[in-house]
Parts: sequence; structure tokens; C-alpha cells
Amino acid sequence: MAESATAAAKKKSSLDKLGGQKFIVLLVIIGLAVFFSVMSPNFRKYTTLVSILDYSYYIVLMSIGVTFPLITGGVDLSIGTGLICYSLVGGYLITFFHFPVWAGMLVSVLFGTAIGCLNGCLVALMDIPPFLVTLCTCMITRGLGATIVGGFGITWPTAAQPGGWFRNIFKISLDARTKIPIGILWVLILVAVMSFVLNHTKVGRYTISIGSNKEAARLSGVNVKAYHVLAYVISGTFAGLAAVAYSAVFSTVQPGTGAGFELEAIGGAIIGGVSASGGAGSVTGSLLGVFVICLLKTGLPFIGLQANWQQIITGLVLIGAVLIDVIKRRREEK
Amino acid sequence: MGEVILTMKGIDKTFPGVHALDHVDLEVRRGEVHALMGENGAGKSTLMKVLTGIYTKDAGTITYEGREVEFHSAREAQDAGVVIVHQELNMLGHLTVAQNIFIGREFKKGIRIDDKKMNEEAKKLFDRLHIDIDPMETMSNLTVGKQQMCEIAKAISHEAKVIIFDEPSAALTEAEIEELFKIIRDLRKQQLGIVYISHRMDEIKVITDRVTVMRDGTYVGTLITNECTKNDIINMMVGRVIYEEPKTHSMVPKDAPVVLKVEGLNAGKMVQNVSFELRRGEILGFSGLMGAGRTETARAIFGADPKQSGTIYVNGEKVTISNPEDAVKHGIGYLSEDRKRYGIVVQKTVAENTTLATLKEYLNGIFINKRRENQVTQKYIDSLATKTPGTDQLVVNLSGGNQQKVVIAKWLTRNSDILIFDEPTRGIDVGAKNEIYKLMNKLASEGKSIIMISSEMTEILRMSDRIIVMCEGRITGELDIAEATQENIMNLATREIS
Repeated sequence: MAESATAAAKKKSSLDKLGGQKFIVLLVIIGLAVFFSVMSPNFRKYTTLVSILDYSYYIVLMSIGVTFPLITGGVDLSIGTGLICYSLVGGYLITFFHFPVWAGMLVSVLFGTAIGCLNGCLVALMDIPPFLVTLCTCMITRGLGATIVGGFGITWPTAAQPGGWFRNIFKISLDARTKIPIGILWVLILVAVMSFVLNHTKVGRYTISIGSNKEAARLSGVNVKAYHVLAYVISGTFAGLAAVAYSAVFSTVQPGTGAGFELEAIGGAIIGGVSASGGAGSVTGSLLGVFVICLLKTGLPFIGLQANWQQIITGLVLIGAVLIDVIKRRREEK
Repeated sequence: MGEVILTMKGIDKTFPGVHALDHVDLEVRRGEVHALMGENGAGKSTLMKVLTGIYTKDAGTITYEGREVEFHSAREAQDAGVVIVHQELNMLGHLTVAQNIFIGREFKKGIRIDDKKMNEEAKKLFDRLHIDIDPMETMSNLTVGKQQMCEIAKAISHEAKVIIFDEPSAALTEAEIEELFKIIRDLRKQQLGIVYISHRMDEIKVITDRVTVMRDGTYVGTLITNECTKNDIINMMVGRVIYEEPKTHSMVPKDAPVVLKVEGLNAGKMVQNVSFELRRGEILGFSGLMGAGRTETARAIFGADPKQSGTIYVNGEKVTISNPEDAVKHGIGYLSEDRKRYGIVVQKTVAENTTLATLKEYLNGIFINKRRENQVTQKYIDSLATKTPGTDQLVVNLSGGNQQKVVIAKWLTRNSDILIFDEPTRGIDVGAKNEIYKLMNKLASEGKSIIMISSEMTEILRMSDRIIVMCEGRITGELDIAEATQENIMNLATREIS
């Protein structure tokens, strides 16, 4: 008895397991930033920072959303191709049906919500494994987006065109050279909101409960199915928001792309401490994790390592993050 | 004892192929602890699941606080004040103690969950029950005993009027059981009705006021605990079923050779310095509480889990067993406690399961010789008296006892001489149990050696030639069947290790 009591105390002192991991990830981010800055004078420029942020918005948004299904012990693979699909559809309506830009944006987001709802229902109500369900919707959205727009790339209004105002949501151009990456502000606000949702509301508490012990939650009278569906709705909706961010940052959206985006978002979440088996994780952790991936992706070319190397290194970093999670869990079991 | 608070009358429930409850009665009064007893499979848990709305009854009435009720979910029963402390712990390991207690009915401040208030309320609850647990501790950091206390606190916090304890002491140490009893006596004083399910005769005598006995899904009778003896209760529980004569002395010849010798086996926290010998033709019982490390020991010997150190000798020769394949090669078979997960493929036929491990012997080139497969399977169906319409029956359609026989057949086809039975009769109904017992005795008399892990004291005392008792990963004692009693086994099983 005494032995186990001290063991419990020891665990508690090493506690804030999540906080601990977040701290490490933060150090990694700083380390990477310093490393690239030292290695390459070009990396030290303000424009690089802006481009890293530009690149990060849609991944961070996807990552915030996908954190919820991951914490339930599931996954959402449909967010990457979904993002392109939602963006194509929104842009298509604006370009060919003269929808106002705000309406196109709204359609993108709601389309994401709808696909998320479909995922959630199939997973929670029909009891199909999340991997399968979202793999299917991944393929469906990929094909659907291309079919709707007829296979051509879609260009949302450029900054100079009418309706181009929406690009200023994420980046304000003071003049040709100076741009303010205002998008980071909105992203941080969303991180704060969803972090609150996860840690301090029923939605979050029950999301964690589903990942921790679904049956126990059900027996305690929690409407497990509803909250399980909701996790995927959140994921889909944030994929929709990510579609808007993507449209605002990049000039054209090509059908058939998007596969692989989800891996960066999920990878970021896992680096940030979401447990690969569910039950634990945080939105702020996911944010930090995504920045590790974005830094690698943007920074490695500056030291002469091209795309293939980025993927290899990102993969290795991911394995490292998952290993930490597994080792941590094994130690807890003992 | 006060007035009647709960009456169940003529409760009937049939599952496909099993008449689980056959017109069962139960009456609980305010301020009483009412024992519900019966062998495994007698229907106690099913009855409680009917009461708490997890199963729907086919017939019968439930009267609670004077009116007829039918709960449709655990939540409805809870809200009415009927709560159950489950045998298997229902906790959320990632959440804190307070979050667990108030899951599903959190205190809120606007849309925000008020964790501070939940911690305070949990603290108050623990103070009332004299339990010393920090509400902010993460659940998975607590010992099993403390987790159990949290479950109880959670049950009580529902303003329960009837609390059902489903084998609460199975995983507790003696000190923790004392604490549990203190709480139960407290609740009795507060005029709650308490149903206490347990296998331990001693506990029943200590803590309960009345005892209702069930057998084979039927109601046998209700007694006042003070006015009956242990034997009265046992007779009611066992009833017409004639069991294999309990052994009074070891059936193993003095000069029987040692077939398996384990020395200084270490595998994680649950297996520490385990050493023992198994003789030819012996049934060696492994007794202990839940989580004593018996299954872990078996799995380590069988190579299913890694071991840190230790030597294993089979027939006097030192062998290396680093995976189950090695174990099988040396003639060791392991029948898991969880048949469905590890023992059989339920969606396959009896023949396919029987020959699963030895398929190579039935191959003609790349084709399976079905005729020979069926012949061999039929041979084992006959010799084990497996009840199945044929060799091509799907295993999922067989009863638990017959499924177990298919697993045994599988190991016999591999010529396993050392068989490890892990909870051989779990989930098997009373009649079929005896057949498994007969079969084990037959196997032993034919020279097979058996290690039997069992949590059922009666089973251990009935079957074993020799008994090894484990507690917290160590062997705490070894008893010959001639000297073994429930009491001295229990003493060894709850020995505190300093």
C-alpha cells in the first residue's frame, strides 16, 4: 500500500503531463527557428515569417477541429480533400453564379459541417470504424469537388477584384512590401475559444470521456452518441473554416489536391500531445505541433533540403512524438 | 430493518438459447443489507441488470417505494435512486476523481463547467464517508481499492435509496474490505436498502441481514443470515447438481515425475520471483484475489508476455520460451480466461476451430482434407462429449461449456501435455461446469498435467491436488489439498506484503 501511494505521488509530481509535452514542443519550435535563422540569412526575414504564417492558417484550423475526433479515440481523414472540395464549391458559386463572397464563404463552412455530420452519424450511430468512414468521405469529397467544378481550377476573387476584401481577413497589405499577417490573431482567438470548449464545457468533458471509457460515460447517463457525432461536426466545420483560409491565402484552388493536408493537421495534433489512443489532448498543444511541421516545411528548403527530405524528417518527428506517448502510457500502466 | 422498499416478483428473462431468469423474486427493506448469492451463471447479475434498466424483463413486476416501475436505462434508475456499483470498474482514467463522480450531471456556471464546485462537493462527500481521497487526483493514479471507493461515493451522491454492490470485494485487500464494511454499515444506519452480491461466505455472515439464494436462473429461497449456517446456504446454492466429489487428498502418486518446473520467474510488477513445480497427472490450483498476478504468471510461462528473468524446465530439461510458439513446441497449452478474445474463432465451425492449430496435418498439397478434418473433430466431439449438431456447426451457436470443450479439443490435437486452464468455468452454466470438471479429472488421470487458475474458492477446493496462493505478484503459500480450507487460502491471498 505504502509503495503504491508513493508511486501515485511521484506520478503526480511529474504531472501536467500535457503541460510538460507542450513545453518541450515550444522548445523545439524555438530551437528550430534559431537553427534555421543561424543557417540561412534569408530565413531571418520578415517575409519568411509572413509566409510561414500564411501556410499555417489552414493547417492550424484543421488541426483544431481534428483534435476532437482524435481525443474520442477516432480520426478524421476527410478534412484534407474536404477542404479543397469546400473551397472549390464556394469559389464556383462566387465565380459562376455571382454569389457574394460572404455567401461563398458561408457555403464552404456549412458544407464542411455537413460532411462532418455525415462522418459523425456513420461513426457514432452506425458504429463503423472512423478510419473507414472518413477514408470513404475523403475519396467522396475529392471526387465531388472536381465533379462539381467540372475539373478546372477555381480562382476566388483576387485582392484587386471586387470581393477581394476577404483576403484582407488574413493579411492586410499596407503597401506592396509591408504586409500584416492579421490572420494569426483570428486563429489564436479560435484556439482560445476551442481550448475553453475542450477544458471547461460539457462538450469537451464528454469528448474526453468518450475517448477515455465510452461505456462508463454511457452508463453514467451521458448522451454518448450525440457528443460523438458532435466531435466530427466540429472537425468538419473547422475543415470548412480552413477552406476559407486556404482560398484567401492561395490564388487558385486545384481539384484533385488536398490529399495529405490531413496528415499534417493530425501529425501536428499528435506532436502537440493528443494521445494516439484517445482520452487526452489539448487544442493549444495541437497549435504548437502544427508550427513544428510548418517550420520544418518552410525552413528545410532554406538549408537546401527539398520536399522529399521534409517529408522524411516530418515523418521521423511524428514517430518520435508517438513514441513519447506510447512510452508514457506504458510507464503509467506499470 | 424497516419497511419494504423494493420488491421484484416473478421476473423472467430469456436470451437466445438461455433461460437466464425463471420467475425470480427478491425483496429489499430499508436499512437492511441483503445478500444475493448463487454460483457463477446463477443469474444474479442479470437480475440486477433487469432492475437497473440495462436489460428489459420478459415478465414479472418491480415495485419500488410502493408503486410499480420499469426503468428503461441506467440513468432512469439512477434518477429514481436505484444505483449499482459495478463489478468491473466504470471509471474514466483520464479525468479527475471529482470529474468522474459528477460525470453526466456536472455543475455549471453559464456554459462553463464549475470544476471548483465539483471538487468541493466531492470533498464533502468523502468527508461524510470518511474516505481520504484527493478529488483533484487523476483517476488512473489511484489504487483499485480507492477507485472502488470512488465508485461507491459516486453511487451515494445520486441520493440513492437502494444501492447494489456487485462483488465489491473481489479486488480489495483486507484493510480495504474493512473500510468498505464501515461504509456499508453507515449506509444501513441511514435507512438505505442494500443488495450485496458476493461469493465469500465469510463476508455474508459478517455484513448481511438476509440472504436470497439463486440457482440456475431460479429463485431458491430467502433466509435470515443469523439463523442459518454456511452449509444451509451452500446446500441451497448447489442444490440438485451433483458435483464431482471434492478431493480430500491428492490423487498424484508420490513418485510422479516433475513435468514443469519454474524458477525465479519475474515479469513486470505482477510476477515477482515465482517458483513452483508441476507433477505428471496433477491438477495444481492457483488461487488469489483479482489482480494477484496469476494470469500474468501463466502468460509469462506461455511466452505471451515478456519475462525479465527466470528459468523453465520441461521434463527436467531447461527450455527457452520466448513466444507462444515455443511453448506449444514444448507441449504447453493455454486456455485463456477470455475465450472469445483468445480461445476460439466464434464465426468458424467446430471442425475449423479444432484443427486451427494443426492445420498443416490436414493438407493435401494446398487443399485441406475435409474428410480427415471431420473425422478427427468427430473423435474429439465424442471423447469430450461436446454437444453440437455436427462438425460444421458455427462455434458461436454453442453454449459456453461446449465452446470451452472445443478449445480443449484444439489443444489436445496438438498433444499438449501441460494444460493451463485460466478460469475454466467462467460464464459457463452450472450443469456444464461439472462436465468440465469431469473432463479435467479425466485428463489428469490420463497423465496430462493441469494448472488451474480460478477465483472460485469452491472450484479450487473441489479440483486441486495442490494449491498455490498468490498475492500482489508473489506466491504467498502452498497448500496440500488435505490441509486447505477457505480460511487459510483467504489468509494467504490477502497477506499484506511489507
